[in-house]
Amino acid sequence: MIQFEHVGKRYGTSEVVSDLSLSIKAGEFCVLIGPSGSGKTTTLRMINRLIEHDSGRILFDGAEIRSFAPEALRRRMGYAIQSIGLFPHWTVEENIAAVPKLLGWSKAKIRDRVTELLGLVGLDATTYRGRYPQHLSGGQQQRVGVARALAAEPQVLLMDEPFGALDPVTRDALQAEMLRVHAASGTTIVLVTHDMDEAIRLGSRIVILDQGRIAQAGSPREILTRPASDFVADFIGRDEMGLRLLSIETVGERMRPGEEAAGEPIAASATLRHALSLLVSRAADRLPVTGADGAPAGVIHLADLTVGRP
Amino acid sequence: MSGTMNAGARRGIGLLADPLILSGLVLAGLVFGMPLLKPVFAALFPGLDRPLYEQDSFLNLTIAHVVLVGASSAISLVIGVLAGVFVTRRAGREFRPLVETIVATGQTFPPVAVLAVAVPLLGFGAAPALIALAIYGLLPITEAVVAGIESVPVGVREAARGIGMSARGRLLHVELPLAAPVALAGVRTSVIINIGTAAIASTVGAKTLGLPIIVGLSGFNTAYVLQGALVVGALAVFTDLAFERLGRRLDRWKRDSA
Ligand SMILES: Nc1ncnc2c1ncn2[C@@H]1O[C@H](COP(=O)(O)OP(=O)(O)O)[C@@H](O)[C@H]1O
Ligand SMILES: [Mg+2]
Repeated sequence: MIQFEHVGKRYGTSEVVSDLSLSIKAGEFCVLIGPSGSGKTTTLRMINRLIEHDSGRILFDGAEIRSFAPEALRRRMGYAIQSIGLFPHWTVEENIAAVPKLLGWSKAKIRDRVTELLGLVGLDATTYRGRYPQHLSGGQQQRVGVARALAAEPQVLLMDEPFGALDPVTRDALQAEMLRVHAASGTTIVLVTHDMDEAIRLGSRIVILDQGRIAQAGSPREILTRPASDFVADFIGRDEMGLRLLSIETVGERMRPGEEAAGEPIAASATLRHALSLLVSRAADRLPVTGADGAPAGVIHLADLTVGRP
Repeated sequence: MSGTMNAGARRGIGLLADPLILSGLVLAGLVFGMPLLKPVFAALFPGLDRPLYEQDSFLNLTIAHVVLVGASSAISLVIGVLAGVFVTRRAGREFRPLVETIVATGQTFPPVAVLAVAVPLLGFGAAPALIALAIYGLLPITEAVVAGIESVPVGVREAARGIGMSARGRLLHVELPLAAPVALAGVRTSVIINIGTAAIASTVGAKTLGLPIIVGLSGFNTAYVLQGALVVGALAVFTDLAFERLGRRLDRWKRDSA
C-alpha cells in the first residue's frame, strides 16, 4: 500500500530522515516509534505530502505520490493528530462530513455515514451529531477526530500520537476502539507514538526509528524477543521487558485445557500480563480460564508464564 | 380579551427592553421628529432666533452621513481584508512589516490633516472625506483581520491541510469564519470612530450630520450643535449595539450546545 524507497529528508545541513526503505502492506497496522526528534512525524507527513521528501521515492497504491495532486492524495488518506484540530465552528456532524463533502457525496449518503461512524467510535449519534466541539471531552473530541479521518473510507489512515494528550483511562478505551475499527474496516493504519506499550498493543508491525533511520522493524514479538541492537533493547526498556513479553501473549496460548480451578475466571483472550496482575493481587498460583463462549476452558498456572523462556 | 391585550402589551415592553430596538427608536425619533422638538429647543435657548436647524432635513443629513461612513468603511474593509489575508499567506509574509507600517502611518495622521491634504488634490466635497475616512479606518480593520487569522489554532490549520482542503477552501471555510469574530471587533471600532470623524468632514464641504454642528459653532448657535451631536450620538450607539448583535451571531458556536 505504501512503499518508501531510499527516502531522505533534510533541513539545511541536518538529515532528518536518511535512506529510509519500508513497505507497508494493505491492512497492516504499522506503528512508528522512536525517541523524540527521531523523524517519526516527518516520516508520517511525507506520506500525504504535508512534507515533501528530498530524495528517494514514496509509492501509494503502486504510484509515486508525486503523481497525485496533494489535495487528492490527502482525501484518500485519513489524518488524525494529537491536537485533534476539530473545526470549532462546525458541529460534530459537519466535522465528520468534511472530506465526504469535498468529494461531493450526496447529503443522504453523508448523513448515513456520519451515523455509522459515530456508532463505530462509540458516540451516540442523536446526542452528539449536533454538538460543537468545545462541548465535548478530550476523549470524545478525539473519537470525532478519528471518525472524521475515516469518513471517506480512506485507503490509509495516518495518525500522529493521536492519544498522546489523553488521560490513561481514556487512552486505553480509545486504543481498544482503534483495534476494533482496524478489524472492522481493514484500513491500513500508520500510527506514530512514543509509548512502547501502545505500540505493542496496537501494532501488527513496529518500526523503531533512531535519528532518521530504521533501527528495527518487525512484529511486536520479534522486536521483544530479538532486539537487533543495544539501542532497540534500551528503547524497549530492559526493566519492562518481561512484562512486555507477557503482554503480547494470551492466556489461551499457555493455559492447561481441561483442568479446573476455583475462583473468579479470566478470559482466554486476556493477556498474560493481565493474568500475572490477577495472580499477584489475589496471591494465587492459578486462575480458572473461560473461553469466548464464557464456558470453563482450562486453568493457567503462575509457572506457565515463564515456561520455555530463554 | 383583556388577557390578550396584556400579553401584547407585555411583548411590546419586552421589545423596548432590548437596547438595540430602544436605541433604534431613539435614533428614528430624533431623525424624523426633530421639528417636533422645536418648542423644547426654543425654551432651552430663548436667546436664539432660529432654535432649529432647518437648512436641510435631519433625514437627508443622516442618510448622507451613513452613506459616507458606509462607503468609506466598505473601502477600508475590502483593502483591510485583502491586506490582512495577503500578509498571513506564505507568499506575503515578508510584506507584513511594510503593510503594518503603512497602515499605522495612516492612523497616525489626524483625519483633519488628511482632509486638509486631500482638499487641494480632490477639491471640496465628499471625495476627500471619503478617502480620509477610509485611510483612517484601515488600521483597526487590518490589524483585527491579521489577529483573527492568527487566532486560528495551529492544530486546526494542520488538520484542514491534512484532510485535503485546498488553500482556498481553508481560507474561506476555516480561517475567515474563525477570524470573523475578532475581525468584526476591528470593523466595529473603525466604524464607530468614523461615525464621529465623519462629522468633521463637513468642514471640507461633505454633507454629514456635522453640518449643523459646524454651522452652529461658527454662528454661535448652541441649539444646532446640540441637535447634530444628539443624532450623531444616537447613530453611534445604535450602530455599536447592532455590531454587538452581529458579533454574537458570528461566534454562536462558542456558546450553543446544539
Ligand atoms: N521545519 C523544520 N525545520 C528544521 N528542522 C526540523 C523541522 N521539522 C522538524 N525538524 C527536525 O527534524 C527532526 C525530526 O523531527 P520530527 O519528525 O518531528 O521528530 P519526532 O516526530 O520523531 O519527534 C527534529 O530534530 C526536528 O528538530
Ligand atoms: Mg512527532
